[in-house]
Amino acid sequence: MFFTYFGQYLLLLRAVFRRPEKWKIYWKEIIHEMNEIGVGSLGLIAIISTFVGAVMTMQIAFQLVSDLIPTSVIGQINRDSSILELSPTITALVLAGKVGSSISSQIGSMRVTEQIDALEIMGINAPGYLILPKILAGITMIPVLVIMSIFLALMGGLLGGSVSGAVTPADYLNGITDGFRGYTVAVALVKAFVFGFIITSVSAFKGFYVRGGALEVGQASTRGVVISCISILVADYIVTALML
Amino acid sequence: MIEVQNIHKSFGDNHVLRGIDAKFEPGKISLIIGGSGSGKSTLLKCMVGLHAPEQGKVIYNGEDFTRMDFEARIPIRKEIGMLFQNSALFDSMTVEQNIIFPLEMFSEMSRSEKVDRANYCLERVNLAGRNKLYPAELSGGMKKRVGIARAISMSPKYLFVDEPNSGLDPETAILIDELISELTDEYQCTTVVVTHDMNSVMGIGDYILFLYKGQKWWEGSNKEIAHTDVEELNNFVFASPFMKAAKERF
Repeated sequence: MFFTYFGQYLLLLRAVFRRPEKWKIYWKEIIHEMNEIGVGSLGLIAIISTFVGAVMTMQIAFQLVSDLIPTSVIGQINRDSSILELSPTITALVLAGKVGSSISSQIGSMRVTEQIDALEIMGINAPGYLILPKILAGITMIPVLVIMSIFLALMGGLLGGSVSGAVTPADYLNGITDGFRGYTVAVALVKAFVFGFIITSVSAFKGFYVRGGALEVGQASTRGVVISCISILVADYIVTALML
Repeated sequence: MIEVQNIHKSFGDNHVLRGIDAKFEPGKISLIIGGSGSGKSTLLKCMVGLHAPEQGKVIYNGEDFTRMDFEARIPIRKEIGMLFQNSALFDSMTVEQNIIFPLEMFSEMSRSEKVDRANYCLERVNLAGRNKLYPAELSGGMKKRVGIARAISMSPKYLFVDEPNSGLDPETAILIDELISELTDEYQCTTVVVTHDMNSVMGIGDYILFLYKGQKWWEGSNKEIAHTDVEELNNFVFASPFMKAAKERF
């Protein structure tokens, strides 16, 4: 069963990456999708990241109850966990729900209302026209969102730490700059790129092959989110194991 | 001309089409009729390449469409226009964008030429000035007409129509039939219509193919259908008391 679906997924990807009929039309769609995925998710990601950063700072301070450990370590731990794990993974899981369900229900609705058949009859490569712009927008905008998420999580930590009195702003800023390694950001970007591909392609796959009506579109959307989330966690483990 | 030869198609254990042979001539309206589940829509989808038949051929002007890959089919597909049962308009696009869409993909027309063509197609289906409406703002009959306008935007050689009159009032249904007839004359295209509307059968059917249990059961014209002795066809065409009475008077 798994191999049947995986094979079908690979065949769909092969069709997706076929040469576009007209780049001009695809480019318009890519810009549209970048706006939908990137700008459309900005507010949600900003709120989540800021609060996660603030809460993380307070929890780290709560656990580090020793006079031997300088409080600047709180900033360091928050920085590394935000960059390496929390921002890429939480952003991806949230976007799997928001963007992924939207993609699978949009494509699924087009399938059950015969709009995809209409594209195919016109001689248009339907997987390419519908899915390629979403994948390209996902792999460009999700890394951008992750970078913003990292920045806001660190700022949230600064805010949460100083408001709660867990760490002074000076110590916190000292902590997040001390011993910073740019490589960790590269790891986060690789994760974001992989997660962006998974979210868009898996959700599109579930929507593209839906059969039936509105009920099945909803079910496909849910399955798309679940499979994306599991795939993100597996990919997270693999990328971490390979790069760290 | 389109020719189908020995088409077989199954879905699991359900053998839907059992060796259909037919020829569809240019400049004529060919109707595929039959009861629910007789295989009409499946045959149409095999003809346009949405379903792959297990056996048999679909031949467009001597070229075997069934054996072609995606790329090889594109030139033929550019010559196909299709109206779907539920119109299948792109709901994120306006009426004008729907009509222009195939032109944007495959033609080198300028923007103003494309808009002119869209306006002409909309005039042709009596919807001039409705360019900026979205499909959600249209009635069922208007959606069908926009679907026809989109189908003719590329001046098709082959026009496929799936249940054009379903869900329409009798007056609008007759308008759609007349439109299909006029467009077939204008473009001299090979028109294939799947229907079970008896007004269409009697009104525009130059060639009628009756399917029964996945087989070709009868073929002929709308003039011949009134005098046939084929029981299954009579049971289908003259099912209602009104049609029975009409046949007796005829």
